[in-house]
Amino acid sequence: MDYRLTLQDEEFRKQFREWLNKNFKGDKVLSSTATLEETVVVYRASQKKLFDAGYAGIQYDPRYGGRGGSMMEQIIVQEELASYADSHGLRVNAIGFGMAGPVINSVGTEEQKQEFLPKLLDGSHIWCQGFSEPNSGSDLASVATKAVRDGDYYVVNGQKIWTSIAHLADYCMLLVRTNPDVPKHKGLSYLLLDMKQPGVDVRLVKQLTGESEFCEVFLDDVRIPATMLVGSEDEGWMIGITTLMFERVMGDLTAANRFMLEFKGIQKMARKMKRGGRSVLEDGVFRQKLAQSYIELMVLKYNGFRSLSNVIKKGIPGPEGSIGKILWSELHQRMTELAMEIEGPYNQLTKGSPLAVDDGIWQYAFLRAKGNTIEAGSSEILRNTIGERVLGLPKDMARIVKR
Amino acid sequence: MDISFNDDQIEISGQARRFLENECPIEYVREMFEDVRGFTDALWGKMAELGWMGVRIPEEYNGIGLGFMELCIILEEQGRALLPAPYYSTVVLATELLLEAGNKEQKKNYLPGIAAGEMRGTLALQEPDSGPVPGYIQMKARARGNTYILDGTKLFVPDAHVSDFLICASRTQAGNDPAKGITLFLVDSKAKGVSITPLLTMDGTRKQCRVQFKDVAVSKDSILGKVHSGWKPLKRVIMRALVGLSAENVGGAQKAMDIAVEYAMTREQFNQPIGAFQAIKHKCAEMLVDVEGSRSLLYYAAWAQEEEKPQAASLAASAIKVFSSDAYRNVTSAGIQVLGGMGCTWEHDLHLYLKRAKANQVALGDSAFYREEVAQMLGC
Repeated sequence: MDYRLTLQDEEFRKQFREWLNKNFKGDKVLSSTATLEETVVVYRASQKKLFDAGYAGIQYDPRYGGRGGSMMEQIIVQEELASYADSHGLRVNAIGFGMAGPVINSVGTEEQKQEFLPKLLDGSHIWCQGFSEPNSGSDLASVATKAVRDGDYYVVNGQKIWTSIAHLADYCMLLVRTNPDVPKHKGLSYLLLDMKQPGVDVRLVKQLTGESEFCEVFLDDVRIPATMLVGSEDEGWMIGITTLMFERVMGDLTAANRFMLEFKGIQKMARKMKRGGRSVLEDGVFRQKLAQSYIELMVLKYNGFRSLSNVIKKGIPGPEGSIGKILWSELHQRMTELAMEIEGPYNQLTKGSPLAVDDGIWQYAFLRAKGNTIEAGSSEILRNTIGERVLGLPKDMARIVKR
Repeated sequence: MDISFNDDQIEISGQARRFLENECPIEYVREMFEDVRGFTDALWGKMAELGWMGVRIPEEYNGIGLGFMELCIILEEQGRALLPAPYYSTVVLATELLLEAGNKEQKKNYLPGIAAGEMRGTLALQEPDSGPVPGYIQMKARARGNTYILDGTKLFVPDAHVSDFLICASRTQAGNDPAKGITLFLVDSKAKGVSITPLLTMDGTRKQCRVQFKDVAVSKDSILGKVHSGWKPLKRVIMRALVGLSAENVGGAQKAMDIAVEYAMTREQFNQPIGAFQAIKHKCAEMLVDVEGSRSLLYYAAWAQEEEKPQAASLAASAIKVFSSDAYRNVTSAGIQVLGGMGCTWEHDLHLYLKRAKANQVALGDSAFYREEVAQMLGC
């Protein structure tokens, strides 16, 4: 057992850190109140810089603009970029890197790889994910958006919802039903949708944060070339499960890095906030709560390392791999709730108020975190999965397994 | 980075599991739970033969000199089996302190005997007024000629009633700061003036005692480490012991979860196994989050004790003690709820795990204490 990096990896980290100091540190950065539109502009420029320096797509083949590096190098880059994620808009293309890229890279055609991977890596394309529908939330496999083959095209009709940044995205990873006559998991396919093409209508959903990051996407006789099918027809469900194992673990680790930084921010804020004239940090109750958050962050981090190590060694994570999402999403809600408690009555002030603490970022974080336990698999669905797949408990009502 | 056991570690873990399944079934645990002494010489001897007593003792003292990780692997299995034996007191507390602070002579006098399974020791630390604060040590040791005179009461001393020697932390200089004026003394458990009374505790699988010292004279040779400077090695060993207790927690919580899940699969109500109901299934899933989350941090904390700087090692030890203790409590409590009425009986085994969980939760300091420690280390 060894939690250390190799000397070679340490050397890579040093190089990358130096590069960041030279090329990212002095940048005019996004303010904490930047709009999504502003964020996208800064993201594209920052991603282009990374790409030109050979630090984009660490594990991708150089033929597609990648670095051809190792998994450890990818992790290092991710860790080092964590502190620039907000200032440089780096989270805005999470779907591109967390989903579109890995799927195209593993099951895409040569043409698809050549067309999409370089543009993902150099910041030209931002992706969104067309999965959920008004009637397909937790029961995702029931998606009804239909794709009917018509010569060299698929004709797509239906509606997607909760599609993050669809209004700014260039492409969409679209989950559609290509076969209505087989069990629901077996008739689904992935199509790559150009968001600018006719028949695609995007409407913003105003969220409880007051912002609009999610969208509804209406698809009306949208003609998508058959060459935009990723993987085999009707095998979309399995592709999602098999190709995204590594990305899920990476997601847990990215969350750990991000929330460690956020924790420091909350700690700093707590120092200056007062309760009865004294710093909140002098209050034993709050010290307990802060420490508890940090302890859980450590659990998240080392659980992520353990999953990652298992993925590297065995190809799949062990039982620890199934708990990362629950850990980070629920921890993040507790942490942001704690930030609100620390602010006391000031937590009522939002962005725009001159008295708002830290420009109101904690109010936003608190409200946005409510979605964490819903997006990308609700906590309830995840607990079902753990209960049934990991612990072997019987499915709801349907089938009774006796051991 | 490689976070997996090597072949030897896998072997140690598997061997421990098999050994304890054979030698320490739950019937044995229950028998020892009611037994005043709390273990049998037969099993103790077999454990010594396996090399468990000397797992950390260097070969020159007849041990096998393995790492702290290997000890934690054994402790995880012992926790799973709820092994009742003075192992934690002798091997985790006393041996680690001797290794950390002992001089050559002391090591020679104690370690081979421990490794052979012929000698047992423990740590006399807590006092009536220390509550969950391990560094609050007020018992006095006064110098008199070539000796020190120990006077005072130690509480919750694990396995003192079956020990050959005690390591007693006492004040040789007045004050409240543990970093100044604490001295560790090796005391014969049968020395004149030492009286040991077993306490009637909830958890019968690990006995604890009150130890009273009345004008106990010990020679200067029995000072472990340096005079007035006992806290540094003691703190380091306490950190390791926190990780050791956490390893027990992980093993015990895993077993308690297994019991609850097994019950949820077989117990039927409304014509289906109760584990099919989400209310039960989600409780079980929550147990897995607690168990695997603890295990992930445990392995890092165990590794950190030998590989990281003291501050990082202490942070990891404090964090895993809090998380795994609370996790063990959560899993055993939820497990009893899953078992319904059965869970509330003496006959069903789950309460045994709950009781160990509660004992471990306050051993060497509780969660509130270590959360405050974490807060301080973070610069809060």
